[in-house]
Amino acid sequence: MADHSTHPATKTASAAGHSGHAAHGGHGHGHHDVSKEVRKYMLVFGALLVGTVITVWASYINFGSHALNVAVALVIATVKAALVAAFFMHLIDERKLIYGVLGATVFFFIGLMYITLWSMEPASFIHLKR
Amino acid sequence: MDIPYTTHAREDTGLYNAKVGIWLFLASEVMLFGALFSAYILLRVGAIPGTWPIHLLSVPLGTINTLVLILSSVTVVMAWASLKVNRFDRFKLYQTITVLCALTFMVIKSFEYRDKFTHYAVTLQDGTVIDGHLVNKDASSITLSHPKEIKPGAPANAPAGGHGAPAAAEGGHASEAGHAADRTIQFTEVAKHESTGRLLIQNYGPWRNNYMAIYFTLTGLHALHVVGGALVIGFLLGPGSKMWFTDPERFTNRIEVSGLFWHFVDLVWIFLFPVLYLL
Repeated sequence: MADHSTHPATKTASAAGHSGHAAHGGHGHGHHDVSKEVRKYMLVFGALLVGTVITVWASYINFGSHALNVAVALVIATVKAALVAAFFMHLIDERKLIYGVLGATVFFFIGLMYITLWSMEPASFIHLKR
Repeated sequence: MDIPYTTHAREDTGLYNAKVGIWLFLASEVMLFGALFSAYILLRVGAIPGTWPIHLLSVPLGTINTLVLILSSVTVVMAWASLKVNRFDRFKLYQTITVLCALTFMVIKSFEYRDKFTHYAVTLQDGTVIDGHLVNKDASSITLSHPKEIKPGAPANAPAGGHGAPAAAEGGHASEAGHAADRTIQFTEVAKHESTGRLLIQNYGPWRNNYMAIYFTLTGLHALHVVGGALVIGFLLGPGSKMWFTDPERFTNRIEVSGLFWHFVDLVWIFLFPVLYLL
């Protein structure tokens, strides 16, 4: 198995540098870079674990209003999601095209969420107030 | 026919094609889950105050599943990083852990589902609801364990009662009386539905209330994604891994793309967990 664990073709690709970059969509990582990345992954892992514990703990605390509890939980979830997206999904260092696609997605996603809240306006016909 | 740009970046996008493809797919996935989250908000803010269940599900099980998915996200990204430094053996190890995490997640989820399908609410003729877990059901009676009585007109908005507490779910006040012993209810004591005449005996399936409906819809769709992702990762760990020896760069890209999908599945759960289990 030891013979199979490394592949000459990849060694060449990594040594060549530029073709190694292509494997990561144009963003290269040499061996040294990768070990740096791994350290980041571990830090993010730790942050996600801590975030999970805090979310559970905060859900048993009464912040005065339920709306505040919801806000706290959603803020923590958003931070966790941002960490996953930025580091595990490499969005912190990505091409413009991807940012463009995601920008459009975020715009429509926010619209989708607000539609429900607008429906709660007193004048809305979706939830009639009695 | 050769598929273009599997390893080299296109000049105009600066990316290999599969990466553009997966991100477009994930964008559509955001809108798919977004529509259901939107439905959740609508159901929740439209609910009668005090009737939305809080802490109805098992928080410990939900927390464990959250940690399992976070761990799997780390192993997925480590598997990709291992290929980057030519450690195919490490890649195999990390992805094996990923698949095991997916399996663990699904096993825990199925236990949670089973718990809801065996969780019953029986309405008696005086309006009292007996809530508990199914022990036995025969032609003339039903037996529930840990029965809790919810009297009609009891104060709404009962405090969260932890795992399986029906009080908040039903907006009623749960009595601890008779908590220890199983309770057998004869069908002759049970109320009947006004129009259909069917006995008012119902489990906590998706038909129970809006909360259970959106819970099963959201977690069911998410579970399908876990299974789908695990199948792809499993394929690339098994028969699909042959490509490492013929086209390692392309294989590494495949791992990155499958990883992006897996991180998205984790990301969705990061929101599902507080929304369904904690709030």
